[in-house]
Amino acid sequence: MSRYWPLPALAACALVPWLPGLPVFWLTLLNYIGISAILVVGVVVLTGIGGMTSFAQASFLGFGAYASAVLSTHYGLSPWLGLPAAIAVSAVAAGLIGAVTLRLRGHYLALGTMAVAMSLYYLFANLDFFGRNDGISGIPPLNLFGLSLVDGRLYLTLIWAVLVLVIVATNNLLDSRVGRAIRSLRGGALAAASFGVNTPAARQLAFVYAAVLAAIAGWLYAHLQRSVNPTPFGLNASIEYMLMAVLGGAGQVGGAVLGAVLVTVINDQLQDWLPRLLGQRGNYESIVFGLILLAVLQTAPEGLWPHLFRGRTRKRVIAPAEALPRRVMPQAGSPVLAVERLSKRFGGLIAVNEISFAVNAGEIVGLIGPNGAGKSTSFNLITGVADPSSGAVRLFGTALTGQPAREIAQRGVARSFQHVKLVPGMSVIENVAIGAHLRGQAGALAGVLRLDRAEEARLFAEAARQLARVGLAEQADRKATDLALGQQRVVEIARALCLDPVLLLLDEPAAGLRHNEKVELAALLRRLRAEGVAVLLVEHDMDFVMNLTDRLVVMDFGTKLAEGTAEAVRRDPAVIEAYLGAAQ
Amino acid sequence: MDSTIVAILVQDGIVNGAIYALLALSLVLVFAVTRVVFVPQGEFVAYGALTYAALDSGSTPGSLWLLCALGALAFVAGVIRRGPVLRLAVTSLVLPAVVTGLTLWLAPLKPGVAVNAALALAIVTPMAPYIYRIGFQPLAEASVLVLLIAAVAVHLVLAGLGLVFFGPEGSRATAFADFSLSLGDLTLPGQALWILGLTAALMAGLYGFFGFTLLGKALRATAVNRLGARLVGIATAQSGGIAFALAGAIGALSGILVVPLTTVYYDSGFVIGLKGFTAAIIAGMGSYPGAVLAALAVGVLESFSSFWASAFKEVIVFTAIIPVLLWRSLRHVTLEDEEE
Repeated sequence: MSRYWPLPALAACALVPWLPGLPVFWLTLLNYIGISAILVVGVVVLTGIGGMTSFAQASFLGFGAYASAVLSTHYGLSPWLGLPAAIAVSAVAAGLIGAVTLRLRGHYLALGTMAVAMSLYYLFANLDFFGRNDGISGIPPLNLFGLSLVDGRLYLTLIWAVLVLVIVATNNLLDSRVGRAIRSLRGGALAAASFGVNTPAARQLAFVYAAVLAAIAGWLYAHLQRSVNPTPFGLNASIEYMLMAVLGGAGQVGGAVLGAVLVTVINDQLQDWLPRLLGQRGNYESIVFGLILLAVLQTAPEGLWPHLFRGRTRKRVIAPAEALPRRVMPQAGSPVLAVERLSKRFGGLIAVNEISFAVNAGEIVGLIGPNGAGKSTSFNLITGVADPSSGAVRLFGTALTGQPAREIAQRGVARSFQHVKLVPGMSVIENVAIGAHLRGQAGALAGVLRLDRAEEARLFAEAARQLARVGLAEQADRKATDLALGQQRVVEIARALCLDPVLLLLDEPAAGLRHNEKVELAALLRRLRAEGVAVLLVEHDMDFVMNLTDRLVVMDFGTKLAEGTAEAVRRDPAVIEAYLGAAQ
Repeated sequence: MDSTIVAILVQDGIVNGAIYALLALSLVLVFAVTRVVFVPQGEFVAYGALTYAALDSGSTPGSLWLLCALGALAFVAGVIRRGPVLRLAVTSLVLPAVVTGLTLWLAPLKPGVAVNAALALAIVTPMAPYIYRIGFQPLAEASVLVLLIAAVAVHLVLAGLGLVFFGPEGSRATAFADFSLSLGDLTLPGQALWILGLTAALMAGLYGFFGFTLLGKALRATAVNRLGARLVGIATAQSGGIAFALAGAIGALSGILVVPLTTVYYDSGFVIGLKGFTAAIIAGMGSYPGAVLAALAVGVLESFSSFWASAFKEVIVFTAIIPVLLWRSLRHVTLEDEEE
């Protein structure tokens, strides 16, 4: 799709309603499709992209609708003032619900919002202020330049123009620094946190964004319908919006529109036909919808959109941009990392037992040992992914222990993972750009309004530079998870380099690489060493380790067995026994 | 408000809470074994109640035909997935046929409370494992959230079917026993004693099942680690079916116990089920004793709120979840979910 599609789309919004012969019935249907689509775009961002499930989206619709209804009827304010009020009320409500549930495991948000949806429904239905079950009627229509939007045609233009703007804003958001943080939440949250992404804040943002879109839809709904009552804001309505997203394709914004069209039209047809076929008694459309939802989840969990519109991978143009400012590197040989009597116990198992070692600037230290020796656990302790049971980790003498992963990243510690953690569905270069997250500042609003382009250009120029440095420039626009596993490990290194690290922790970087790829990797690590980067390396390939490292730390069963140069370690009887067994 | 009213409210709350406790237990059980948040639990309550009420009035419950249809579908689904045909035929074709035969024979005879309750259980319980096989088994490896959405879809279908098979009218059944027990000012009706007694007995039974039987231990192993359980030879799909069957039976029994006390409609189950959820969530979806205590608390909270602000009792009960989640959230160290 061309990036200029919004212009013809807006023109269509203005013209289509006036098509001669457009039945009023279709006009009404299109109005409701547009309103649903606005809300479901939010569901796509929240659920399909952010990996969170909310059953309160219809409640946020209700917040928006009731806010504007109350202001314009009880207080006689202009309906236009209802819009900011609707947005504010929903955003605050979502902020509160999010604060309570988003730090917990995923299903708490789903269940918490389910309970909230129930209690809000009963609240709307029982408070005199909201007109109880009858709701509020006599809501004034919107006026635009003295023109009253009572005519369904004018209103259709307004709704679909808002939808176009919402889609543009959402695409802008997703293609920004904050957007990459949101996109990393599903399947890549741990890695993103290790590169300084504030994942709870990203979750909160996605949730509030979805609630705001629902509020805008609710405001449009209230002034279209000119009356509100609790029914369309109940739990079942939220489930229907969920169905729209899942059916259309929750992974893409386009899926929201497709789902809204399909579900609204099918619903209308079913309500028309099913009673004729099966008699009056029954709520057959909910049965059919439930079955459709189950069938889609079982056979095409990604929804219909990817099957109808094969997404072309867009080639990202890397414009030359001013280089990002770099960290001041410490003097070669000066102490960077100090690990002091570090221990980690899992119940009765001591995974890491009183380990101490140091890594200096401009030095490559290898951490080796048999499987299960506690190497990866040590990595997780150093990078704040896990908390040590006792002991300390110091960077330039300051304790890192107890700091969250993103704080440690902020100080210049970058890592790769033993089990590759790239964000599925994101291109190689976008994954690498997550590494530079902390080197940008642009927030969500700047992203939506495209005020972040200069900074984005700099971030992507840096990502491209690091990608070229590891020899994967050609692969920049491919889906990261389509690469061979060895190459994915190298992508992780490029991502780590984007942080501009003082300390680089690599977990089995050479695994899965071919011989000449290993040679290139070793050359790259030597160059980094020459620049003053401190490198800590876990690796099983002994040739690679022995030739590259300045010092080795050997671990076995959680304890340090030996430390020294490759040559000394190789002759150490304790090491030989651990690797080869004792001579009988 | 005097002490008599307090006593009555507490008694009411505990009786309702006992039902919520049963539901909360089965929700925790299903979640632990299959990772499915079993939203349709409430429909099993309604189905159990309305099936029992129909039998009680001497008519044939519509859910009988639903049982046969689900059995046939489950058979087809099992055969497509190359399950053992003979066993599938016995569990999903012969079983519903036998239950249908018995019901058609016995129902017009008005065979009494015990037989009616047994028949209602036999009609409703097998639906749960059939639904597991049709709806959830193909998704066994999906994420918790996908399973949750699937559970919501099943809830939609079952609620719609409930209207088709039972109609929009509510039903009520005669009580199990017409005796009552006087304790000072307080009169405990026989039905309340039945509820408390059966709940306690069921909990003891579950405790024994999970603590001392091989099958129960297999379910617990599946709950702890699906892959590990499979590696030591436990059929995890079968464990899922058993967990669903237990949940279905508990749901249906709750309905049977409730329907003499209050009129049940085809959609009443959902709200009752959600209160079971509230209790399960308060207990963190993991602890059985915690779920029981939380359920009793939810029941008491509900009966007091219906005394003070009856219009807002649902609001109060469902909002009770928020402070609990807040407390959990403050205590909880954020760990990134590695599940997609």
